This record gives sequence, structure tokens and C-alpha cells, in this order.
Amino acid sequence: MLNHLLSWIVFVPLAGAIVILFFPKSMTQWIKWKATALCGFNLLLGCILLAKFNPNVTDIQFLEKASWIPQIGVNYTLGVDGISLPMVFLTLLLSCLACIGSFGIKEREKEYYFLYLLLSTGMLGTFVALDLFLFYIFWEVVLVPMYFLIGIWGGPRKEYAAIKFFLYTLAGSLFMLLGILALYFYSSPHTFDMTELGKIAYSRTFQQFVFLAFFLGFAIKVPIWPFHTWLPDAHVEAPTPISVLLAGVLLKMGTYGFFRISYPILPDGARWFQPWMGVLAVTGIIYGGFVSLAQQDFKKMIAYSSVSHMGFVLLGLAAFTQDGLNGALLQMFNHGTITGGLFLLVGVLYDRAHSRDLNGFGGLGVKMTVYSGILIFFSLASLGLPGLSGFVSEFLCLLGTFQVYRWFAVLACIGIILAATYLLYMIQRVLLGPLNPKWSSLPDINRREIFTLVPLMIFILAVGVYPKFILEYMAPALTALLAKLNGIPF
Amino acid sequence: MVTLAYLIPLFPLLAFAFLIFFGKRFGDKSAWVAIGASLLSLILSTPFVMGAVQGQIFVHHFEWLRIGSALFLFGFSIDALSAMMLFVVTVVGTLIIIYSVGYMHGDPRFSRFFAYLSLFMASMLSLVLANSLLMLYISWELVGLCSYLLIGFWFEKPSAAAASKKAFITTRVGDIALFLGMLLLFFTTGTLELRNLNHEFLAPFASQSKVLTLAGLLIFGGAVGKSAQFPLHVWLPDAMEGPTPVSALIHAATMVAAGVYLVARSFGLITFFPDALLPIATIGTITAFMAAFIALTQTDIKRVLAYSTISQLGFMIAALGLKGYGAGTFHLMTHAFFKALLFLGAGSVIHGTGTQDIREMGGLWKKMPHTTFTFLIASLAIAGVPPLSGFWSKDEILVSAYESGMPIFYYLLSITATMTAFYMFRLVFLTFFGKPRKEFHVHESPAIMTIPLWLLAIGSALVGLPGSPWMNHFFQTFIEGSHGAEHAINLFVMGISVGLGAFGIVLAWLLYLVFPAVPEKLGAIFKPLYLASNRKLWFDELYQATVIRGWYALSSALAKFDLGVIDGLVNATGIGNLRLSDIQNWIDIHIVDGAVNGVGALTRGFSSALRKIQTGFVQNYLIISFIGALMLLFFELRK
Repeated sequence: MLNHLLSWIVFVPLAGAIVILFFPKSMTQWIKWKATALCGFNLLLGCILLAKFNPNVTDIQFLEKASWIPQIGVNYTLGVDGISLPMVFLTLLLSCLACIGSFGIKEREKEYYFLYLLLSTGMLGTFVALDLFLFYIFWEVVLVPMYFLIGIWGGPRKEYAAIKFFLYTLAGSLFMLLGILALYFYSSPHTFDMTELGKIAYSRTFQQFVFLAFFLGFAIKVPIWPFHTWLPDAHVEAPTPISVLLAGVLLKMGTYGFFRISYPILPDGARWFQPWMGVLAVTGIIYGGFVSLAQQDFKKMIAYSSVSHMGFVLLGLAAFTQDGLNGALLQMFNHGTITGGLFLLVGVLYDRAHSRDLNGFGGLGVKMTVYSGILIFFSLASLGLPGLSGFVSEFLCLLGTFQVYRWFAVLACIGIILAATYLLYMIQRVLLGPLNPKWSSLPDINRREIFTLVPLMIFILAVGVYPKFILEYMAPALTALLAKLNGIPF
Repeated sequence: MVTLAYLIPLFPLLAFAFLIFFGKRFGDKSAWVAIGASLLSLILSTPFVMGAVQGQIFVHHFEWLRIGSALFLFGFSIDALSAMMLFVVTVVGTLIIIYSVGYMHGDPRFSRFFAYLSLFMASMLSLVLANSLLMLYISWELVGLCSYLLIGFWFEKPSAAAASKKAFITTRVGDIALFLGMLLLFFTTGTLELRNLNHEFLAPFASQSKVLTLAGLLIFGGAVGKSAQFPLHVWLPDAMEGPTPVSALIHAATMVAAGVYLVARSFGLITFFPDALLPIATIGTITAFMAAFIALTQTDIKRVLAYSTISQLGFMIAALGLKGYGAGTFHLMTHAFFKALLFLGAGSVIHGTGTQDIREMGGLWKKMPHTTFTFLIASLAIAGVPPLSGFWSKDEILVSAYESGMPIFYYLLSITATMTAFYMFRLVFLTFFGKPRKEFHVHESPAIMTIPLWLLAIGSALVGLPGSPWMNHFFQTFIEGSHGAEHAINLFVMGISVGLGAFGIVLAWLLYLVFPAVPEKLGAIFKPLYLASNRKLWFDELYQATVIRGWYALSSALAKFDLGVIDGLVNATGIGNLRLSDIQNWIDIHIVDGAVNGVGALTRGFSSALRKIQTGFVQNYLIISFIGALMLLFFELRK
């Protein structure tokens, strides 16, 4: 099993999904617990992966390679390094917690958990695939269950949101496919292997074009301003656990693409685009923050805050420095835990009040004391309070950018003030002030819900207090990546 | 043994963790956890303070983060300055926490209050002990969080909820400046360790004077936010929405003084690149003068004290800007005692009367003797009456201003000192003396509140003595170390300062006790001035009309832009595609498919026409054959 640990991790959910198909619809309890147990088991496998991973090695570990379609040189190649490992772990963690968070789903459970597990396989596969063909397949596999999960279990405008999400991302991935094919036909012998493709010296113009193609694919996924408008719609309509995965994992697939494909394979293209990355990052940070401040809908507000926070990832990427890259990758992890938690918390409130109108709440801090404590905790993490994880990654991103683009860092600081503004404004409207009598009978957060949030809180606090333990996993791989970017043979 | 210093902030932190999870079960007893933790910190810090007095420096650190070549060390370094702060925070903090037991008695969130106070103590102590600017920054933000939580402690009140948000965001503007200053410093000198901010270390960077002057000013920007200096002072008066012990601890004695502490910590940097000094002195003096002017006409007992705090912080900042290192830090210490006492006294009055409006008070001294007497001591101290603590430290500041060679600072600060004596005794006379203006069932506060008052009163009287000529300026020599200068008494400045203080007190006595009708008339005569002071120079209105309104307007404009333009384009693309496909559909149906169908229809038409002749009757076929034969014949014959 240990020899094929990654395959196990990727396909355990798929196997579970298939098994679920054979059970009658009426056994909802069984299906629910089975899916949860599978996610838990998979998380356990993830812990083994973490324990067996050697952080001092920059190479790919747990490599699995098998010939798949030899006629066109497609291989089944899986592996992790310090860049993908945190993402795999984040996916496993959030899949498990969001699965527990799915217990509120009360219709068509069988289909729901089938699609949920399928989605899980797609996400995990994307982060461990080292063959572009395989990567593309997993990338697209994510789309389909997501489309149905939003379109069936979503809110009032679910069809619109689902189709917008699907078509927008699909359009992006077509550009990515063009990029993949360009790389494939450039290489000789033709290959989809990322490691092999990374060794080829492409011409500068070629790199620029291919970088742009990949950029469009990834930018829509992240989403980078101005490709972000599918995100608020998808979030508002998606059911809570799906929002958690959408914000926590799916957005990371986009930025992960830069780390895994665009940067190492097309370093010259990346260098050429570097200032624009910075401009788009800063625009996203400030723009997302301002738009977030204007929102009345709790979920939409957090969706736009994601645009702002993912801007920091981009900013770190644009820096081309060690601090920046570390900050960007750490910010991806932190944004997953923090925003994932925030979406869970919106769900807790929505399940009780059936409303997300920020202006309609007020004074909930009196009634729901535990809930408000947790909500304040996650908000503080999101606004970058030192001692919690968000600060460390944003600090590193700014530290990295400051050396290269001093003014970008200064402007990005506006985003930090904005984060305080929109989050504290939200707290003021939801938790503080006199209790709105309409909500005087709302019960406080229950044990199951607390159980889904506590692990996230532990990670947020631990990373915030002592970030070294997680950065030690990332740093060596990023050092190698940076060396490659700077044209130093590694 | 040195590592024991880590325990100093750790005890209150543990108390916080304990109280936040289990506090509710322990009810009133939970306060003792906080007091116990604070006392333990006090006891533990004693040997370090003693050691520092004897000239020792305690240092310890560990690696917190290392990214490539960037290394961040966390730990503590205790020298004279941090020892002084350690002394102030633990002593004043413990007394205020004890006082809170009485003040907060019966509050439904009693245990949570003490949890927050403990978290504050932990953060403030780590701020004081921090060895590096980054660790200081982290603690700096955490004390800001505690301030946020405690200002909004009674969050059911919308004004408290709004005040807490205002405080957090306004100070964050300053924090960003500090953050950027930190980055500049780090990338120029490669260090964030506070010990390195001295002239020997900075000497090789003398050529970078522009950048490092800017770094110094940006760091000072953090102090402008935290220490409520002009133009970011607006949050502090609103912060009075918090429970009064919070105002005493956080918004008078310790946290707001952290800005002064920060400037004092970076004193090596700002004196090595002295271009930053003048702006600092200017901001400090403006703040001191402006806040004292506003305090003259305020009617809320806590707001008078809040503006007084802003003004006194301005004094300290001005002192540092005028190179009065010993004077500024000395005033920080004495101010912590007498201002904490003033706030706690005000709290006792509010506790007894249930109002904060001094126009409703009067004659309280008979019923609240302990409160009155201790309040009077503190007022004398802040007014600069010898030999109380405030006299010595304020005098030092005035000497620094006098000797700075820029007389304007000396004049402004002297006028401010007069105003200070006046507004403080206006407050004293209106609150405690004269005739009661409203009937209250007033009672003196319980012993758990009055004992801390008395202890602080003793402190307010005595902490100035180590800095007095009677003890040979012991404090200044201790604190200044490397920044030291000769200390001589300037009898001229001292005499003037005593005279001005006495003048202010006498004027307040005349106006508010002897001729109580006069102030109103004066207010009517100097109406613009009165309004300017009473309306706080319209800062809130100005900011509301410009910055805040602009901020929200931009926000809603961008939201509209997002929905209308960016998302509009996306939807337009989608709809455009749909329309395009409609057209294609039409073409498909009518032209492409039409062509296909047309061919079919044509065939069908022909065939149905042709079918007509296939009748199956032999006579018809014969006729057709006959006609055909006739036609053939006809064409043949024509040739």
C-alpha cells in the first residue's frame, strides 16, 4: 500500500463513490457515514504521507510512473514535493470536515455523496498528477461534479450560477489545453511529462504565448481580477460544504498551476509577465476589498474577500523571491483553512436563520456566544491579526514584494486596512448592537459544527504562532523552483 | 534562570486560556485567576527590574522563522527602558485588575472581562519584553485586539460597537506605517533587533540617511496611531465607551503609552538620522496643545480625562522629539500612575452616581471622601504641583523644550501646562466641590476599589522622587545610559512652571467655585473659540465628510462597476453567444436545413407529380405513348 500511497489517496474516494452507487437511496444514514468514514480514512493516509515525507529533499517523492497510452506518450505519473504536499493535505482536511458539514443536506443524498467523492478524487488528482494529460483530465473531472453540486443542491439562482461556473472555467481550460498541446508538439520526442518538459529550453516568444495560454486557464480558476465574477455567484448559490471546497481547494488549483507548470516550465515567460502579475495582484487586493465592503450578502462578502486574499498569493508569486514564494504557498494553505472556516460559519447561521442579509442581523453576540467567539476568531485570522496564520503569509508576501516592487507592497497594505474594515463591519452588523428580536430564539452552534471548525482553528493558531514547522516542508522545493526561475541550473 | 522571563507574559496568557474556556463556571471567583496571574508576573519581574537597575541587561532569543537569508529571532531583552515599563505595567495593571473586581461586580460577562484583561496583560508584557521590532509589532497588534474587545465589551450599545471598530481601524492606519517602516529598516540594515538600533550599529549605514529617516518617521507613524497623536487621535475619546478600568489600564496607563515606548526604543535610530526629530516634536506639541484646548470645555468626566491623556502623550512625544529621552520616558512612568488613578477615581464616581456628566455632579466630597482625596492628589500631580510626581517629569520636559533652541515649543508647552492645571481643577471643583446639582443616592465605593486608589495615590505622589534633584536625578541616569546628558536644575523654568500651574488652579477656583456664573458668559463672548473646543475642532465631522465617506463611496462605486461592467461583460459575452447561436440556429433551420429539406421537398414534389402519370391503366399508357410518338414525328418532320 505504501508503494502506491498516492494512488490510494486519489482513488479511495472514487472507489467509495462507485460503491455508493450500488446502495439503495433509502439508506441515507449509511451512505452519509460511509462517505465520512472514507474521507476520514483518506485523511489518515494523508497523515502517513506527511510522516513519510522527507522535507529536506527537493525532488519529487512517492513517484509512481506507469505507461498509460504509449502511442502518444501519455504516462500515469504521480508524485508530491514540498509544493503539492500542503495542498494535498489541505484538500484531505477540508474534504473530511466539509463532509461532516454536509450532514445538513437533506435531499438526494445518494447522488450528493457520489458526486462529492468524485469531486474529491478530481481535486486530489490535480495536485499529484505530474503528467500534463493526466493533470488535464483531473482538472476537468473537478468541473463536472461541481456543476451538478451547485446546480442541484444550490440556492434560488443555482442553474445560472452552475452554468456560469462551468462555462467560464471550461473556456479557461481550453486555453490551457492549447498550451498543453503546444508544449507537447514542441518537445521531441513528444511528451506530456512535466519534469521532462521542464528541462527543455524553449524560445522566448514561444514561452510568452504558452505562458499566456496557461495564464488564462489558471487566472479564471484563481480567480484573478478581472476574471472573478463567476466566484460570488457560485458561492452564493452553492450549498455550504461545496462553498468550503470551492474557496478552500478549487481556487488553489489555479495558483498551484503557476507553481507546478507555468513557473518551472516557462521561466522566461513568467519573467516577462512578472510586472503584470504584480499589477493584477494589487488591483485584485484593493478592488476585492472595496467590493467586499459594499456587500449585503454574507457569502458574497466573503467571496469577494477571497479575491482580495488570493491577490496576496499572486503578489508573492510576482515577487520572484524566496520570501514571496513561501508566502504565496503558505497563503494558499492559510486561505483554505481561514476562508473554509468562514464559509462553514456562514452555513451555521444560514441553517438557523435562513438568511444571509448582513443588515438583517444584529446583536447575535448576546445569544450565540460560542458562535460569535469562533466567528471573531476566524475574522481576526482573515484580517491578518498577528499570532494567527493569515498574518504570517501576508507578511512574507509583502516582505518578498517589498524588495522588488516597493510601491506594490505599499499599495497592497491598503488591502490590509480594507480587510479590517469589511470584517469588523460585518462583525458589527451581525454580532454587536442590540439583539434583533427576530433572532432571539436562534440556538447556539452545536457540537457537530464545532467539531468541523476546531481542527481549522488549531492549524490557524499553530501556523500563526510557530510557522517554521509548516515552512520547513515548503522551503526546499521553493528554493529549487526559485533557482530555476533565475536560470541557475539546479 | 534568565529564561524565566518567558514566564512573565505566559502566566496571564494561561489565565486567559483558562478563563475563556472555564471562566463562566467559576463566576465571581474567576477574577482571582486573573489577579493571581498578574501578581505572579509582578513577582517574577521583580528580579529582572532590580537587575536592570543595577545596570544588567538580560537577553535571550530563539529562531522563529528563517527564509533564505532572512532570519527572525524572537525572545526578550530587558534593559533599563523595558524594566521601567515592566514595573509600570505589572504594578498598575495588577492594581487595576483588583479594582475591577468591585467595578464589574454583577456584570453578566464578568469572567470574560477578566479573560480579556489577562490577554491584554500577556500581550502588553510581551510588547515590553520583545527583543525585535517584529515581535513588538505582533504584540502591538494583539494589544490593539484587546483594546477592540474591551472598548466593545458592552457591545449591545451601538455606540460601543462603533467605537471599538473605529479604534481598531484608526490605529491600523498607523500600524501600516509602522509595518512599512519595519520593512524599510529590515531591507536597509538587515536587522529588526531592537538592541541594534544604536549609533555604533547604524554607523555603516550613514549613507542611507534618506531611507532610514523615512523608516524612523514611518515607525513614528505607528506611535501616532497607538498613542493617539494628531491627526489620528480621534479614536481615543470614543474609546471611553469601554468599562472605566479598561480606560485606566489600556487607554491611559499602558497601551497608549506603547507608542511613546516605541519611539523611545527607536531613539537611537531617530537621533542618528535627526531629520525625523523636528516632525516628531511638532506632532507631539500640536497634539498636546490641541487636546488640552478641547479638554477645557468637555462635560463628560471620562472625555475630559481622555483628552487630557492625549495631551499628556503629546508632551511625551514632544519631549522625545526635542531629544529629552529621560524626560519623555520619565513622564510616561509618572503619567501611568496619576492618570490610572484619575480614571479609577472617575470610575468610582460613575459607580456611585450613575452619571458621567459633570454638570450633574457637585459636592461629592462629603459622601466619597476616599475617592475625592485620592483624585485630588492625582490632579495636583498632573497639574505639576511640587513635590508630586507630575511636577518633576513635566518640568524635565519643559527644560528640554527650553533648551532646544526653538522657543515656540517651550511657549506652547507652557501654555498647555497652564491649561492642564485649569481643566483638571475645573473637573475637580465641578465634581467634588460646590453644591450638589442633582440628587443622587451616592455611596463610597467598596474597599476593593478604594484600596487600589490609595496605593496608586501613594505611587502618584512618590514615583517622581527618583527623578528629582533630591535623589540626584537617579532615574535619568538609570534610564538614559548611553543617551545620557548632564542634569542641572533650571530654576527659571521650574519657577515659571510652578507659577503657571498655580495660575491655572486659581483660575479654575475663581471661575467654578467663586463666580460660577462667569464661565457661561465667557463662553457666550468667545463663542467661536468655545464651540471649537466643545465640538472637538470638528475632526470627526471632517473625517466623516471626507475620508470615511470617500472610502464607502469608492466601495459602492466599485461594487456597482463590478456588477454592471465586469460581470456585465461576462454576461454580455454569454448572452452574445446565445444570440449568435440563435442566428446560427435560424440559419441552420432556414438555410442549411432548408437546403437539405428543399432538396428533399423538390424530390418529393417531382415524384408526386410524376406519380400522377403512373396510374396503372393500360389505356393511359397507350395515350402517353401515342402522344410521345406524335411529338417525335412532329420534331422529325420539322427538320
